[in-house]
Amino acid sequence: MRMFARIFPHPLLTGLLTLVWLLLVNRYSINSLLFGLLLGTVIPFITRPYWPDRPALRNPLKILAYLLIVIWDIVVANFTVARIVLFKSNASRHPAWITIPLELRKPEAITVLAGTITLTPGTVSADLSAEGHYLLVHCLDAPDPDAVRDEIKTRYERRLMEIFE
Amino acid sequence: MSQIFEYLIAAALVLGGIFGLVGSFGLVKLNDPMSRLHAPTKATTLGVGGVLIASMIHAIASEGHLSWHELLITLFLFLTAPITANFIAKAHIHRHETPQSLPPAGEDGLWATHDVPASPEAAPTAPLARD
Repeated sequence: MRMFARIFPHPLLTGLLTLVWLLLVNRYSINSLLFGLLLGTVIPFITRPYWPDRPALRNPLKILAYLLIVIWDIVVANFTVARIVLFKSNASRHPAWITIPLELRKPEAITVLAGTITLTPGTVSADLSAEGHYLLVHCLDAPDPDAVRDEIKTRYERRLMEIFE
Repeated sequence: MSQIFEYLIAAALVLGGIFGLVGSFGLVKLNDPMSRLHAPTKATTLGVGGVLIASMIHAIASEGHLSWHELLITLFLFLTAPITANFIAKAHIHRHETPQSLPPAGEDGLWATHDVPASPEAAPTAPLARD
């Protein structure tokens, strides 16, 4: 078992890399599956120093639900931003910086949250505080910054807490 | 190829084109650097997405099999867009914002971009000229 962990430090990454290789080839054959497995073994092995921990993921179903919510929000975000760009004058727009206190502590979880914030309606994550306890987010149009903060916390962070922590 | 598929492909391409255009127009119209960042990171996602959907429909209709490349492109786009936006935002904070112009970072004191250890050799950081 320890031998297995030495050769495959990240079994999930191995699976993902194999899958990505198969998608890149775009046609299933035993050759590409074997080559994908080879890449999936060699790459995690070589890059192991950069990934010391293995993030524990719970609730695969929750991950799927989270993905669906985010994809839906991305589509909505496109329409929201397009409407603001086309129909709102610069003077009536309220750009704002907001601070989000983080309950997430794992770097992987914070990365996913920051990425989600950037892809969803009118918000871009700009910076993390020095000790990683706060996230600085820029809003394109936020008449009520507190509402934006609360929505991010309840809609995304709560779900990520259930998945990661 | 049947007529319906051609209409679907055309609709996806037009939708993608419109969002691409709106994203680029946002770059011109919005008036401060941080707001400008919003238009290309979001409106373009659906712009590229429309073209990818058109490409998938085309593969099904004309070659009769599903093409997976488009899903990969979507995945890579979702991975790289936030990182690019974050880099640009950090560059902006570094050059044009001071700890006073941003909201306070609670008990952590500073935002990570401003949290630079002082080095004796470094020249005093004069604010760079706006270009």
